[in-house]
Order: sequence, then structure tokens, then C-alpha cells
Amino acid sequence: MDVELRGITKRFGPVVANDGVNLTIRGGEVLGLLGENGAGKSTMMNILSGLYRPDEGEILVNGKAVVFEGPGDGISAGIGMVHQHFMLVPVFTVAENVVLGVEPTGRLDYLDLKTAREQVREINDEYGLEVDPDALIENLPVGIQQRVEILKVLFRSADVLILDEPTAVLTPQEVDEFFEIVKSLRDAGKAIVFITHKLHEILEISDRISVLRGGRITGEGDPKTVTTEELAEMMVGRPVSFEVDKTPSQPGESMLEVRDLVVLRDNDEIAVDHLSLNVRSGEVVGIAGVQGNGQSALVEAITGLTRPVHGEILFQGADITRSSVRARHRMGMAHIPEDRHKSGMISNFTVAENMVLNSYYAPAFSNGPQIDWRRVNQTAAKFCVDFDVRTPSVFLRAGNLSGGNQQKMVVARELERETRLVIAAQPTRGLDVGSIEYIHERLIASRDEGDGVLIVSSELDEIMGLSDRILVMFEGRIVAEFDASKGPVDRNAVGLAMAGAAA
Amino acid sequence: MSEKTDINAEMNRLLARATRDRSDIEDLVVVPVFAVIVALILGAATMLATGVDLATIGKSFVALFVGSVGSLNAISETLTAAIPLVLAGLGLALGFRAGLFNIGAEGQLLLGGVAAVVFGFSFPDLPFVVLMPLCLLAGALTGAFYASIAGALKAATGAHEVISTIMLNLISYRLLDYLLRSPWIQKEGRSDPISKSVPDNAQLPRLLDWIEPNLRLHAGIFVMLIAVFVVYWILFRSKIGFAFRASGENPDAARYAGMHSGLIIVAAMASAGALAGLAGAAQVLGVLDRASPGFSAGIGFDAIAVALLGRSHPLGVLFAGVLFGGLEAGGRQMQVDAGVSIDIIGIIQALIIVFIAAPLLVRAIFPWGFRRTGDNHGGKGK
Repeated sequence: MDVELRGITKRFGPVVANDGVNLTIRGGEVLGLLGENGAGKSTMMNILSGLYRPDEGEILVNGKAVVFEGPGDGISAGIGMVHQHFMLVPVFTVAENVVLGVEPTGRLDYLDLKTAREQVREINDEYGLEVDPDALIENLPVGIQQRVEILKVLFRSADVLILDEPTAVLTPQEVDEFFEIVKSLRDAGKAIVFITHKLHEILEISDRISVLRGGRITGEGDPKTVTTEELAEMMVGRPVSFEVDKTPSQPGESMLEVRDLVVLRDNDEIAVDHLSLNVRSGEVVGIAGVQGNGQSALVEAITGLTRPVHGEILFQGADITRSSVRARHRMGMAHIPEDRHKSGMISNFTVAENMVLNSYYAPAFSNGPQIDWRRVNQTAAKFCVDFDVRTPSVFLRAGNLSGGNQQKMVVARELERETRLVIAAQPTRGLDVGSIEYIHERLIASRDEGDGVLIVSSELDEIMGLSDRILVMFEGRIVAEFDASKGPVDRNAVGLAMAGAAA
Repeated sequence: MSEKTDINAEMNRLLARATRDRSDIEDLVVVPVFAVIVALILGAATMLATGVDLATIGKSFVALFVGSVGSLNAISETLTAAIPLVLAGLGLALGFRAGLFNIGAEGQLLLGGVAAVVFGFSFPDLPFVVLMPLCLLAGALTGAFYASIAGALKAATGAHEVISTIMLNLISYRLLDYLLRSPWIQKEGRSDPISKSVPDNAQLPRLLDWIEPNLRLHAGIFVMLIAVFVVYWILFRSKIGFAFRASGENPDAARYAGMHSGLIIVAAMASAGALAGLAGAAQVLGVLDRASPGFSAGIGFDAIAVALLGRSHPLGVLFAGVLFGGLEAGGRQMQVDAGVSIDIIGIIQALIIVFIAAPLLVRAIFPWGFRRTGDNHGGKGK
């Protein structure tokens, strides 16, 4: 099945999200769609799946113009979307999830699960998905859950599959398996749209590449000839450096030492399991690992948000295991939290208010019990200039900034002061290439000033690019350590350790 | 050099205060105004549906207007009714900002009022300048203490403040009845539960009785205006207010920023209770002269509506409180002139809140009052 978008324009008030976009999706082909956040990828895909109606332009399915009235129309026309965030019922089986909403029913609304299981198994075998239809979703790893999402779309007889950032949650090995599935779908004649901002993946899997920037198609490429540099330039609009420019590290005294740490989750499961590590002044230590292996709990314990049940945390030799969040902050610990929306910022506060979220009480910003807003605003403006936070005013609601600028705001707040230790959790998650580059430079700058830097990220590229030392975390423990200061680290070996192979 | 001036220009640009977003104004002004209008219309429709003829409905709206702002006496009554509503509403607004849905203003107000009365008749010999402020303080402290019970329960055990403040309300009703029968509070020679009177030198003096002796407006209005200013200062100028608002908007971010959630909860509840207690004290010291069962007459609940209508902003609460005071005063006139029960005012007040709580409904009814949705990216919130 072929789908063609012709001159699609979509406006949201004064904002033009898509501007005369032409795109062809062909059966038996993987179309790689590349673009930064806010480039208009999601809008375009929502138009394709029927959620939005374009202001101008038309959609042609197999050469015939169609009009989608609502979200159901996309899937009935054979266009299915696999979202980045799964929409599965954890306590249902795979088969139950797949048929949810289109259940085969018999007389008196009898739920025909037997037929459902059989149909699921058929699709399963056809594309080599290898999912047990009777397994409970909550017992399945993320990679398999993703396949269930694909099954759901296939079950609804989609011929066009839109995959939105599908590899974000996968380990490198899982990505390889996932690509096999994508290829088998393609070979079966399905049309695939693969949305991502990861350049090497798009080169590996796509048959054709379209790059979107500012709502327009700014370039098309043949993956056999185009280079990552060219693609990045099309995506960002200027040349981008991928290598994080850094000199060899000069490790000094120990800044952070974690000894035999045990941290529990809310449900009393062990999240961090007798873990020890240390970070020295002037080095970047990267913790690699698939999400959910205790990294968040480790960061929370180091920054004082949770109390460990065992072990100790030393900061420049002083025991801070029981110190408050604020005390640690005052000692010079900066914390870039993993989820800025959840805890790093307050959307309804202004940029200025967010800039002093954890230092408003300090003498620099206050006058007895009163906050000195004049000084706060001036400082915030200076931070914005220094960290390239693009906002029309410091009085703007932080929620109105783009994701990249929000993150730069958080990074500015944390790094624009005398810091000794920087804890950065997922510092560039969901950001565009330009912001990523900028934040990486800033983290390396902190290192070069003699700070200890601890980076936790599920993006292996980020860990590989920044770290002087790489620790791999699996099931709450450090299972492997790689020294990156003496030449490049074997990506494959790190990936295997992330999957628990070294454990 | 030129780079330096560039940076300065950039900073000045960032520091220029943006004109308020259109959506802010919609949220703060347009929605409440329309909510009031729709509620009045539906109030009329309710009367119509219950067999009141059009002439009487017209008469009742005239009476509502005349009774609230139509004469000096009407304005005096409106403001008198507004004083406790604004004070308690400010407390609730402060709690809402901190993310605490305090339903307990009624109980805090009752106990604050009793405390003021008891303090007043216990020290009748103190001079006015000492006794009156101390009575107010007694009311505020009692309210603060009573509210902080719910705060402490939430901070220590996670007990939800909605449940605990409702329960504390129920306790306060019975506690009041009990206290009013105890010999040191009950008025001598009375068998019904009623307290001794507040001595004259503890009362909030009437302000306009030199014009006409029955004008009831009292000095509590100054307490109210000071409270508006103080709450504004706390919320938007002080450190503790910053912490209140941060925890209200995003408790996770507040915790991450090193704010102490337990302390904030107790402090915010105590401040809210202090204002409710002050409302009770102002009511007994300025209007009632003594405490009797249920003397609060639901002010603590009406104040929830006032705080919501005022969008939890001190100035908004002031306007909303005066509006509700006007409805109260006008409603009494309506009952006298048109024979329409004052209960219709309660219905109108409740309808206002329904529409405030459902801004989308208001937008749907008055599409021309708003810019098209999709144009705005959400307001600044409050």
C-alpha cells in the first residue's frame, strides 16, 4: 500500500507546525523520518493517523484522496501507529491486549479468547515476533512489550506502520533484534515509517530518508550515500560536531565515594544492591544501563532524596549519608534530575522563579524573610544569556519553553554556581542535537574546572562520548567497568554488560 | 566592548516585563465574570421554573441590586458580610496555593471566634488598645492550632487533609455546643447554650454609626485589608510563600529543591487556620458580640467558594468576598421586597462555583468572549 502526503499544512494559531509537506510512503520500504523535537514530526504523524485534520493539502492512499475525520479512520485505512509510550494493560495477557477494542466475540458478547490467541499466534509466526500470546504483559521485558504494540497494529490489519522513536527504550542488542523484525515486516510488503533522532540507526534501517525541520522537508537522502554529518546538518540547519571535544581527564582527589550502598524501592524491593563507586575531581564517570536497573534510586540516594538502608556516601571525605537535600546542595552538589517535568522544574512558575528554585533562600536572593525579586530576575537573565536559554523574557512561564530550552534552564540553574560535584541523570533525554551538543560541552567544562561529574544515561552514545570511566549497572549492581581514557571502549562489550551478560 | 553591550541589551530584553498573555486575562477575569452572569440567569430560570412570575423575578433582581449597593446601609451590610468571607477566603486561598484543600475553615472559624470571646470576657479590665488586638490574636492562634492538627496528621501520616478537616469540623460543632454550656463560658442565668458577651472594650468599633446608628460596618474591614496585603506579601514576596507555591504546584520539584514538605504543610495549614480564626474573631467582635451554636452560619464553606472564585489570588479573593457579601446583603432585601426565599442566593452562589470549576463550559457558552482555543498555549495559571 502506498500513501502520499501532498502539500500538507497544519497551523496552530500563529504556529505553522507543517508547511507544505510532501511525503511518499511505499509498501516494502522503510522510510526514515528524521527531525529534532518540535520539527513537526508528531504533527505530521497525527495527521496521517487521523487525529488532526490538515488545513491544506491532501492524503492519497493508493492514489485516491482520502479524508480522515477522526482517530479511528487512520487505522481503518490501514495506517497504524506504534507510540513511544506503550499503551498496554499490565495485568492482561498478550493476546488480551492485542484484541482489546476489536475482540472477536460470539453470541451474547461472548469473548472468544481462543480465536484471539490463534489469530495472534498466526501473526506472530508470520513475522517472527516470537511473543507468547499467553504471557502477562507485566512479566515481559520492555523490548517484548514493544513487539506486542506492533502485534496490536498488525492485528488491525495495518499496511503502514508508523514507529515513533521505537529504540529509545531498548538495549543495543534489543535494537538489533528489533531491526530484524522491521526488516521482515518490510519484506512482507508493509510500509514502515521510522521516526527517530538517532542518526546511525536511521542509516542502518532506512531505504529512504526524509529530514524535517521547522515544519518543512529540508532534505532527502539515500542511506547508501549520505553521511551522518550531512543528515545532522539538514536536521539542525548548521554543521554539528559529534565528537565531544575533550582533553584527557586529570583525575584528582576523590569527590564522591559510595560504599556498599543498599537502597530500597517504595515496595521494599532492592533497587541498589551493595553498590560501591567513586568519582574523582576532574573526571566524568558514566553509568550505563538499561532503564530500571536501579540508576534512579542510586541518584536519589546520592542527592539525598531517599535514605539508603545500608552503606555510606562520602562527599570530599565527609559522611553525607544522612544530610538533607539542601545541605548537599550547599556543599556544592549539583543535580540535574532525570525527569525535568516531574521534579526539575515547575511549569507554572516563571523562568526566573525556576532559576532560583533551590537557591531562593540564599542571602544572595533574599532580604530577611523576603525574596529580592529584582536580584533574582537579573540573575535569571544572566543565566539565560550564559546558557543560551532562548526565551522572550524571564517572566515567561517555564512550561511555554521548548524542551531543549527547559533543560538548558535546569542545567543553567545547577551549573551556574560554585559546584564540586555534578550528578546528571539523563541530561539530554528527548532533546534536539543542538541542545545536546551544548549541554555536553557544559558538562565537560565543569569537569575541566575540577568538578567530579557523574552521568547516568540510558543513551549509550552519550555515555561513550562523555565518560572517562564507564560503569555498567545491572540489577542494582555495577557489573562492569571500562576505562575510556586509554582509547575507545568496545561498544559491544558495554552493550553485553548492559544486558547482564557479564553478571 | 561591543560584546559587553550586546549582553546588556540581551539582559534588558529578558527583563522587560511581557504584557500579560490574553489567556491570563481570560482565566482571571473573563471566566469569573461570565460565571457570575450565567449563575444569575440560571437563578432566574430556577425561579421561573418554580412558578414565580416574571414581574416578581424582575423585582427580586432589583432588590438584589438595591440591597447590595443601592444605599449607604446596603453598602455597609455588603462590606460587613464580606469581612469574614474575605478573611477566611484568604486562608483557604493560601492553602490552595500550597496544594492543600482545606475544608476546615468552618471549624477553625468557630473555635477562633469562641477563643476571642473567651479572651475578651476573661480580661474585661484591659484597655481597648490592648484587649481588642489580643482577642483577635487569640482567635487567630486558636484557628492556627486547630488547622495545624490536620496539617500535622498529613505531614506525619499522610492522612488526607480533606477528610481530616471535615472531621475536625464535626468535632468543632460539638465542641462549641459543649463549651457554650460550660459554666465559665455560658451566659449567667441562661439555660440555652450561649456565651457571655464580649465587653465593649474588646469589640471592633463601628465605623459609620455617627451617620446612622444602625450602620454595622466595623473596624474589621481594616483587618481584612491588612490581611489581603499580608497574604499577597507572603505568597509572592516571601521565601516561605515561594516554598508554599512550589509545593502546591509540584511537590516533587519542591522536594528536589530541598524544601521540607512536612514543615510546609504544617505552616501552610496553620496560616490558613489563623486567617479563618481571625474571620471568626472579627465576626464575634464586630457583629455578633457573643458566640452561639452555629454562629459561623456557613461562612467557612462560603469562603471556599470565595477562594475559588478569586482564583486563590488575594485581590481576587477580595473582589469575590465583596461580591458574595453583596449577594448575602442583597438576598435579604430580595426576601423582604419580592418574597423570594434567600435560598435562591445559595443556589446562585453554588452555580457560580460550578461554572468556575468548569471553565470549558463557560467557554462553550460564550465562545465570543475568548480567543479560539489552540491559539493560546495555556495561561500562566493563577
